[in-house]
Amino acid sequence: MTQMVEQTRFQKRLKREKDLFIPFIMGGDPTPEATVEIAYTMQQSGADVLELGVPYSDPLADGPTIQEAAGRALAQGMNLTEAMKLVPKMRERGVTIPVVLFTYYNPVLRYGLEAFAKAMEENDVDGLLIPDIPLEESEDIRGFTEQYGVELISLVAPNSEERIKRIAEQAKGFLYCVSSLGVTGERKDMNPDIASFLEKVKQYSQVPVAVGFGISSYEQVKLVQGHSDGVIIGSKIIKLIDAHREALSNEGTRAGALQELQSEVEQLVKGNE
Amino acid sequence: MSVVYPDNRGRYGDYGGQFVPETLMAPLKEIQDALDEAMKDESFQEEYRNELEHYSGRPTALTYADQLTKTLGGAQIYLKREDLNHTGAHKLNNAIGQALLAKRMGKKKIIAETGAGQHGVASATVAAKLGLECKVFMGEKDIERQQLNVFRMQLLGAEVISVSSGDKTLKDATNEAIRYWVAHCDDHYYLIGSVVGPHPYPKMVRDFQRVIGDETKRQFKEKEGGLPDRIYACVGGGSNAIGMFYPFLEDDVELVGVEAAGKGIDTPDHAATLLNGTQGIIHGSMTYLIQDDHGQIVEPYSISAGLDYPGIGPEHAYLHSSGRVRYESITDAEALEAVKTLSQAEGIIPAIESAHAIAQAVKEAKQMDPSETIVINVSGRGDKDMNTIMEQFQEG
Repeated sequence: MTQMVEQTRFQKRLKREKDLFIPFIMGGDPTPEATVEIAYTMQQSGADVLELGVPYSDPLADGPTIQEAAGRALAQGMNLTEAMKLVPKMRERGVTIPVVLFTYYNPVLRYGLEAFAKAMEENDVDGLLIPDIPLEESEDIRGFTEQYGVELISLVAPNSEERIKRIAEQAKGFLYCVSSLGVTGERKDMNPDIASFLEKVKQYSQVPVAVGFGISSYEQVKLVQGHSDGVIIGSKIIKLIDAHREALSNEGTRAGALQELQSEVEQLVKGNE
Repeated sequence: MSVVYPDNRGRYGDYGGQFVPETLMAPLKEIQDALDEAMKDESFQEEYRNELEHYSGRPTALTYADQLTKTLGGAQIYLKREDLNHTGAHKLNNAIGQALLAKRMGKKKIIAETGAGQHGVASATVAAKLGLECKVFMGEKDIERQQLNVFRMQLLGAEVISVSSGDKTLKDATNEAIRYWVAHCDDHYYLIGSVVGPHPYPKMVRDFQRVIGDETKRQFKEKEGGLPDRIYACVGGGSNAIGMFYPFLEDDVELVGVEAAGKGIDTPDHAATLLNGTQGIIHGSMTYLIQDDHGQIVEPYSISAGLDYPGIGPEHAYLHSSGRVRYESITDAEALEAVKTLSQAEGIIPAIESAHAIAQAVKEAKQMDPSETIVINVSGRGDKDMNTIMEQFQEG
């Protein structure tokens, strides 16, 4: 009998491997209740994977937009424990796409590595992305994510050079390609060398290759989709959400705001078609 | 020296490492390679020693504290006079070393973070001297508190960049410096000011600061023969302490690191990272830090801006866990009293940072025998603190 490798939760929930749209939202911004609804709206707008951000006091890899969102979320009392608890509520609401938790490493260490991996399984979290551990420091957490069926997402950057092969070959879920050096946030121009960088990455990767950092317009989405398997959009999504902050915070006005948000996100990733 | 850590992953036991975004791995490797090569190059070492001697004014004196010793009636007290360095503190030893490395790497622009402004001034100084462009990241709150140092940096030709993210202090200035560096690492060098940050920074800064301990060892031998019984140094990030302790780690000398207890170690207002913090990651390094139950970093407190940092160098975390160094803490009030004590007994006004080491040494020297000897590292001079000290004494 042939032994089948069992699919992970992430793999079961991922419906396609091309033209992926992966939005990033910050848990608790503007409120925890709104986050659950926003997650569902993202799926309705065509999201294939959801990145759920956990706010951190010292987000080293993030630009001002996500820093400020983290500040607002912390003020709402959001933290790693509470962020994980949002996921079952999202499932209840109808979110069926993979949810990847985005958190800096220190809150994870504080929680305890194994306890955290177990809690992710219990809360139906499919993937984990930690922006401040490179491959070399990822062994400890990797053992536990594998044990509890969570895909540990890896990042690769234009200056990774000879590291690209090592990182790409062990990538799980999807491979996060940083478009250009710097922190998260909008950029006017895309890195001109992005095509050759992505070619190199795709050569070694067994999983979809998605590009993030600085993607904020339909033109950029199209450009990047042409060279990769998907786009990750963070700061721009946070800004779209923040423009509806008041309306999203109140239950009475939330539905209307979500509808507007959905059409704005669709415009961003699908253009005017 | 056979103390062979950090290992090749930059680990000191469980501490240290490189907990940074992937984008920083390449620039860190570039520095590591350049550093390894430079340290083996006699001409680089010569250049570094030359600047220390003819620019910074090293070796700094080892002063016998005659009056203080007599008054306390215990151990013989010596002071290592890092306050006599150009710019008034040990910070310049490291700034010179790293700026020479930056230049060797062909980087014409340096970035630095600063809290009170001492490392910013040291960086601006050496940038002026070596013809490098210099940007100093400084928290908005610190800019308000340290206007004189802001002006000094600007006078030296540096650009001071105000940081308004997070708590607007040193930790945020460091975050912002790192963020800027990620985007500009092709032509910028990040000149970090203490034995903190990702590998190889803690090791590099240690190696550029060990001149303090090497000189002390030699000077003490000349004056007293043998080794001192105890050595004291204050610890914020911990660069003056590591610089002093490192050459003595394998000797029979008791080493005492003194943290800032602020308003008291049992209050929330302290900066005693090792004594009151927990293990975690800050600025790319596994170490001890002050954090809440959810792993969010908490702003520390000390009257001394130079000790007001929520983390500590990973090597200190290791030396604490191994028990090789004993760590103690001193409150604001005790440190201020020590400023007065040393000023009036020896005519030396120490920085409030250094006064933490002095206060602990004064406490212990009394209990020691006159046949015993101690060395206190006076890491900087107190001129920068005159406003703070004046306010405190007027209030008191």
